[in-house]
Amino acid sequence: MLHGGHLLSVLIFFPAVGALALLLLRGDDHKFIRIIALIVSLAEFLFSLLMIRAVPAGATGYHLEEYAKWINQPPINYHLGVDGISLFLVILTTFLTPISIVASWKNIEHRVKEFFVMLLMLEVGVVGVFLSLDLFLFFLFWEVMLIPMAFLIGIWGHDRRVYAAVKFVLYTMAGSILMLVGIVWLYNATGTFDLPTIQTLLHTPASQGGLELASRTEMLLFLAFFLAFAIKVPLFPLHTWLPDAHVEAPTAGSVMLAGVLLKMGTYGMIRFCLPLFPEASRRAAGWVAVLAIIGIIYGALVAMVQPNLKKLVAYSSVSHLGFVVLGIFAFHNISMQGAVYQMLAHGISTGALFLLVGMLYDRRHTFEISEYGGLATPMPKLAAFFLFVALSSLGLPMLNGFVGEYLVLLGTYQRHWGWASWAALGVIFSACYLLWSYQRVFFGEITREKNRTLPDASAREKWILATMVVVTLWMGIGSTFITRRTAAAAQDVIDQVEPQRPYEALVPKETAPQAKRDSARAAANIVARERLGIR
Amino acid sequence: MLPRVIDAYRVLPELVWCGFGVLAMLMQPFVRSRHFFTFLALIGALVGTAASVTSAMHAGPGFEGLVQSDSFSFFFRLLVGTVAFLVVLVAEPYLERERLPCAEFYALLLFATAGMGVLASAQELLTAFIGLEMSSISSYILAGYRRDSLKSSESAMKYFLLGSFATAFFLYGIALVYGASGTTKLTGMGSEELFHSTYFELGLAMILIGLGFKVAAAPFQVWTPDVYEGAPTPVTALFSAGPKAAAFALLLRIFATVPAATHFWFWAFWTLAALTMFAGNLGALVQTNVKRLLAYSSIAHAGYIMVAFAAVTFMARSGAAEAAPAYAAVLFYLLSYALVKLGAFTIVSQLGGTGEKNLSLDDYAGLSQRQPWVAAALSVYLLSLLGLPVTAGFFGKFYIFKAAVNSHLLWLAVLMAINSVIGAYYYLRVIVVMYMRESSAEAAAAPPVGFPLTLNFVLAFTVAGTLYFGLFPNQVLNFILQPTLLGR
Repeated sequence: MLHGGHLLSVLIFFPAVGALALLLLRGDDHKFIRIIALIVSLAEFLFSLLMIRAVPAGATGYHLEEYAKWINQPPINYHLGVDGISLFLVILTTFLTPISIVASWKNIEHRVKEFFVMLLMLEVGVVGVFLSLDLFLFFLFWEVMLIPMAFLIGIWGHDRRVYAAVKFVLYTMAGSILMLVGIVWLYNATGTFDLPTIQTLLHTPASQGGLELASRTEMLLFLAFFLAFAIKVPLFPLHTWLPDAHVEAPTAGSVMLAGVLLKMGTYGMIRFCLPLFPEASRRAAGWVAVLAIIGIIYGALVAMVQPNLKKLVAYSSVSHLGFVVLGIFAFHNISMQGAVYQMLAHGISTGALFLLVGMLYDRRHTFEISEYGGLATPMPKLAAFFLFVALSSLGLPMLNGFVGEYLVLLGTYQRHWGWASWAALGVIFSACYLLWSYQRVFFGEITREKNRTLPDASAREKWILATMVVVTLWMGIGSTFITRRTAAAAQDVIDQVEPQRPYEALVPKETAPQAKRDSARAAANIVARERLGIR
Repeated sequence: MLPRVIDAYRVLPELVWCGFGVLAMLMQPFVRSRHFFTFLALIGALVGTAASVTSAMHAGPGFEGLVQSDSFSFFFRLLVGTVAFLVVLVAEPYLERERLPCAEFYALLLFATAGMGVLASAQELLTAFIGLEMSSISSYILAGYRRDSLKSSESAMKYFLLGSFATAFFLYGIALVYGASGTTKLTGMGSEELFHSTYFELGLAMILIGLGFKVAAAPFQVWTPDVYEGAPTPVTALFSAGPKAAAFALLLRIFATVPAATHFWFWAFWTLAALTMFAGNLGALVQTNVKRLLAYSSIAHAGYIMVAFAAVTFMARSGAAEAAPAYAAVLFYLLSYALVKLGAFTIVSQLGGTGEKNLSLDDYAGLSQRQPWVAAALSVYLLSLLGLPVTAGFFGKFYIFKAAVNSHLLWLAVLMAINSVIGAYYYLRVIVVMYMRESSAEAAAAPPVGFPLTLNFVLAFTVAGTLYFGLFPNQVLNFILQPTLLGR
């Protein structure tokens, strides 16, 4: 079973070792602690890049698998693996962690050691979630990750931090404990926690020794898992913890929260809900899509009227993640790929937005938009970065946000044109709230005297922003590097949901001109697919 | 027939504990040194615990079936023996600080432990009753050990009155069971006709009420918060870990040996479990006193264990082998729970200060700044109570979940899930107070509370145990899942 050495284990536990080392250091040498944390996270990032080589483009299934017995009774195994989807989510995590560390270089002044320990422990949990192939192990990391995040919000957050931290934990826990019941139920039915094994069993007819779930049971199980993930995403109407958590969290916490933690929910849907409960997924798809669309529009509308800049970005996350969920539940290869791409793009661009908002906060200690205005004059560089990031977030072509949203809409359109057209409203709204808030913050007259003398981006800030900008741009134009690797994995998931409905079968066979038009469309699609590197 | 030597082997731990208890009482007028008695008690607890290995090696029924020495009783003897050992360590600085005599304390502690040992190995109801009385009467006195404190006396009085009432129920239950079956030996109650005997069912119900009181199951839980709060904290630590485990042990043994019991008790346990979980968790939500909060939490945890009992009763209908995982769930839960509660009360005991003044949640504000290691240890216990992974509490809860789902008790599992979330709130509140709130000026100025070596040992032991069983539960599980756990 072992092929790739222990790279994945190293990836999971290296930050834990780093955190332990930090714990043993003396607490008063802040600079040394920061440097150690940065080195650990950078090394982790480099390790994660090694994975790319092991996941060839177009290959399905899991790579670099690791397998060891852990607990005999019930048989819980230490089973790790990576595929095209989790590969980039892990890299996103390991990329955002050093960014967060640098972003917290100056503005975390008290309990510095604990802060970086928590940040690294968070990384352990998140990477573990993405790499686990054992339901139990997955659940374990899923829960473990809660505590460092809660501490990050609760200790280093803003005024209502304790409320936000507790709300975050309770919401997540409510969902995950139902998921635990679901996991245990699956174990009882199959006798294993191993994800690939359960998947095979569920897709084998009962006559051949597989397991066929009654449709009611399957629906309940689907809901048990889906609820946990939907809270995490968060899907409307379960999103109410998110604005609180985001606004109260320190910058690094927000970056990690928006960048990777939310993706754990959508990742869970792709990895568990769809392949394990295809029938229930199909039945629920309509409802989920409606909720996702409501989330897209509602999130955007609420973002538009926010007087608080950070809350605005938080609600924009609700809107953007709605696209991801819609893309997943449209069951279409292109939309699924769009969803995966949107997950990554959102991690980068919303992460960058939170960094920028955090930088404004460091200068003025407020998130109120009305406190700002005309900032482009004292800090032109920061304004330029902000504009770039806002444009990528609203989906300007050539930048990363466009690729994901476009693919989601394209794929969803094939499935249900109504969904796609409603969702497209979200794209327009996102342009409204982002550009409007940009205008209010950076353009116009300077209304507050204090703002006149604000310093522009420092060298450290320029470095992290420049890194984010480069990645944004690269993801916008070099997207095939990613899609070539996610395509096969995405198709794999689609095949499990709708084996009888291959992609081409969507083209209806009607009258001749219609068929001609359709075949032209299909041909265009094939070209598009080739361009994106899909099999 | 005269008792044989091998019979003595089979109750050796209880003999040792009692012997050392008597020794402590006899020496009391002659020796003044506190250390002497501490060492005596420690050695007593340790030797008794070690003796359980001897009795496990001589497994089998003792005294013509009055007691049974098997892996099951071995497990519980180890558990209560270790608890007693740790409680001595916790009590030593406490007694010194409160200027209380120590010889009697240790003697009573050892008698109580012996009683628990008897409970865990009793195979006959009157023997069980003697065990129950041994542990209860010692407990009543221990609860009121701080004579000059009003709360302590109230605690003892309440415990005594309600406890004797419950014991009366238990005794009456034995009488009825005896009337119906003609025997008090659990092994003799296998006949078919007992399945429909009203007297027998009534007797079992009364026994359940008696034991339900001991384990603090709702609606028999009302005494718990007051008694736990008033008793000296090391005694509270003992209450929450020892007697509870022993009473659960007896309940389990009744199931395993009396077929009619499983036939009748399923819905009783279902209801008890649901009531107890809600009573404990909802009660704990509004507590501001840490000791009371932990008392309510121990009610809630009794409820979780009751869920496993419901599963046991359900599965035991289709044979003992089917019920084995549910038994194992109870045992594992009790083990993890005992470790955690002991550790938590140790911290509460020491931070309480002279006269147990600093028990309110506000006294814990900013603890992570003043005493980071203590706060970290308490967080580990709380997270284990909450059932977060990498702690023993997580596996405990997980196995109970598994047992419940296995027996198709989905609704009970869902109720338990809801309760876990309610529980998460108040456990987190303590963590939040410790880590996210600043200390009061007064507390920040005061020197940090010293933790003597003995307490540090207890903390290290319980934290290590909690984490170890949270990561590698294999060995314990293999042991408690063996088919010959309960010798028959």
